Amino acid sequence: MASCRVLRPLVAAVLFRVGAHSRPPWNAMSLLPSLCRGFSTNTLTAAARKFTDKHEWVLVEDGIGTVGISHFAQESLGDVVFCGLPEVGDKLHFDGEFGALESVKAASELYAPISGTVQEVNAALAENPALVNHSCYDEGWLIRMTVDDLSELDTLMDEQDYEKIYRH
Amino acid sequence: MMAMGNLGRAVRTLRAVLGPVLGPVAGLQLRLLSSSTQHELKKTPLYEFHLEHGGKMVDFAGWSLPVLYTDSLITSHLHTRSKCSLFDVSHMLQTTITGKDRVKFVESLTVADIAGLKDNQGTLSLLTNDSGGIIDDLIVTKTSDGSLYIVSNAGCMQKDMAHIEERLKVFQGARYDAHMEVMDHALLALQGPAMAKILQPGLNGNLSDLPFMCSIVTSVFGIPDCRVTRCGYTGEDGVEISVEQTNAVQLAELLLNNPDVHLAGLGARDSLRLEAGLCLYGNDISEHTTPVEAGLTWTIGKRRRQAADFPGASVILEQIANKPARRRLGLVSSGAPARQHTAILNKEQEPIGEVTSGCPSPCLKKNIAMGYLPTGCAKAGTPVLLEVRKKLVEAVVTKMPFVPNNYFTGP
Repeated sequence: MASCRVLRPLVAAVLFRVGAHSRPPWNAMSLLPSLCRGFSTNTLTAAARKFTDKHEWVLVEDGIGTVGISHFAQESLGDVVFCGLPEVGDKLHFDGEFGALESVKAASELYAPISGTVQEVNAALAENPALVNHSCYDEGWLIRMTVDDLSELDTLMDEQDYEKIYRH
Repeated sequence: MMAMGNLGRAVRTLRAVLGPVLGPVAGLQLRLLSSSTQHELKKTPLYEFHLEHGGKMVDFAGWSLPVLYTDSLITSHLHTRSKCSLFDVSHMLQTTITGKDRVKFVESLTVADIAGLKDNQGTLSLLTNDSGGIIDDLIVTKTSDGSLYIVSNAGCMQKDMAHIEERLKVFQGARYDAHMEVMDHALLALQGPAMAKILQPGLNGNLSDLPFMCSIVTSVFGIPDCRVTRCGYTGEDGVEISVEQTNAVQLAELLLNNPDVHLAGLGARDSLRLEAGLCLYGNDISEHTTPVEAGLTWTIGKRRRQAADFPGASVILEQIANKPARRRLGLVSSGAPARQHTAILNKEQEPIGEVTSGCPSPCLKKNIAMGYLPTGCAKAGTPVLLEVRKKLVEAVVTKMPFVPNNYFTGP
């Protein structure tokens, strides 16, 4: 439906350009499937943050995926002191290890939620790795990457499903 | 992040989210704590107290203990260095050795000059084996009430007990008079520069009359029969208080009445002791390290060296005379922190040693580590390389402690 093509990105724009500490109102998003029945994911904009079972999230907008870790992950990890991230141009493969976050107590590897090429690495994290703890969905983003295969997103969890398992 | 598998909401642990490269808590893996596993772990008298205060429990040497509470590790660590933290260390083994020949007995197992201690004075010492390796490190106090009070590591409990019991049988068989009793007390550590100000109102005597490493039995805020020893594992002024199990929670609550006291767990305990340059048994010292290699020659009393009457004396004395092949040294680096088993390389990228413990230092805002290096590299300022996650990180050999100690040296 043509109206969906307009509606979905608009909803995304409204819902996802939110501040660092608020969350997308998923109640509104859950209405969309009934409005956009049969809407495929084959557009450049997927309007939902998706989660891996390894606690990374990816948000695809205009063909670029922003990647970070979940609130549950940052809280469990504790104070992040160092972010070991890839370089611009690195090719990442779905579920492949692409870096690690170091906290006082431990290190935890990062796994690519989708396949693609790194376009940008969050430079703010070099000076302020604690952004991952304080703003894991916003200023604490880790990398931005191209999206080789949008259908990989279909294998990931919606925020609702992720929260059902890992909400505290 | 690592896969967590099928965790239910009830299971809130750090282990599942932490990758395989774990900053060691005594080199033991943090085990996933399902609600069934909790029942298999030993609990200190403060177990429920920890849960009530938001403690995140982990398995440490078979005990369920908090790794942190609601403060982050960095906050907890820094609070200890600026004010005061309270740790539950009841998992450690406390034993009492009595009998006319108790000093002779314990000296036969350790490198300490116990006879040379003043009444109620204690010292760090080492149980050694016949190859000169370290079986455990412990604090032995010569009390004025006819006993030796020993505190040793939870992780070595079974090993130490078996060793001491075996030697005691032989000792008693030779008609000597010594007996061992395991104490069933809780142990609380109150550590930080504010400790004296916080504890003094609860004591009858004057804390400035209690020197570092000395011990008294007294009431603390009305709780009777507490053994208060001025020692700790943080590098700060502090005490360890041995208290009857039934009074442990009450004592903890009384100490926590002071807003300057925060609860701290195993996580902060580890980063604090590393900054203080203190060894962790199982990581930095083991049966495969001698006191000389570990930089603990100072624990061997002069009289004991001359008498050569401790286990492993021939190996240890030879190393004192001719220098050991390798030594425990401090390392400072930036970037990704080096942890246990990180390879240490020289400038030519040849492997020369291994890190035994390491973590980010909250005080220095750099990474600190301990490792063993060839004696030739022992000089402070020597540059080395650390292989962290297949990348080479520059590090510098550094004297320890990394953060200056603040032990109480007198009024």
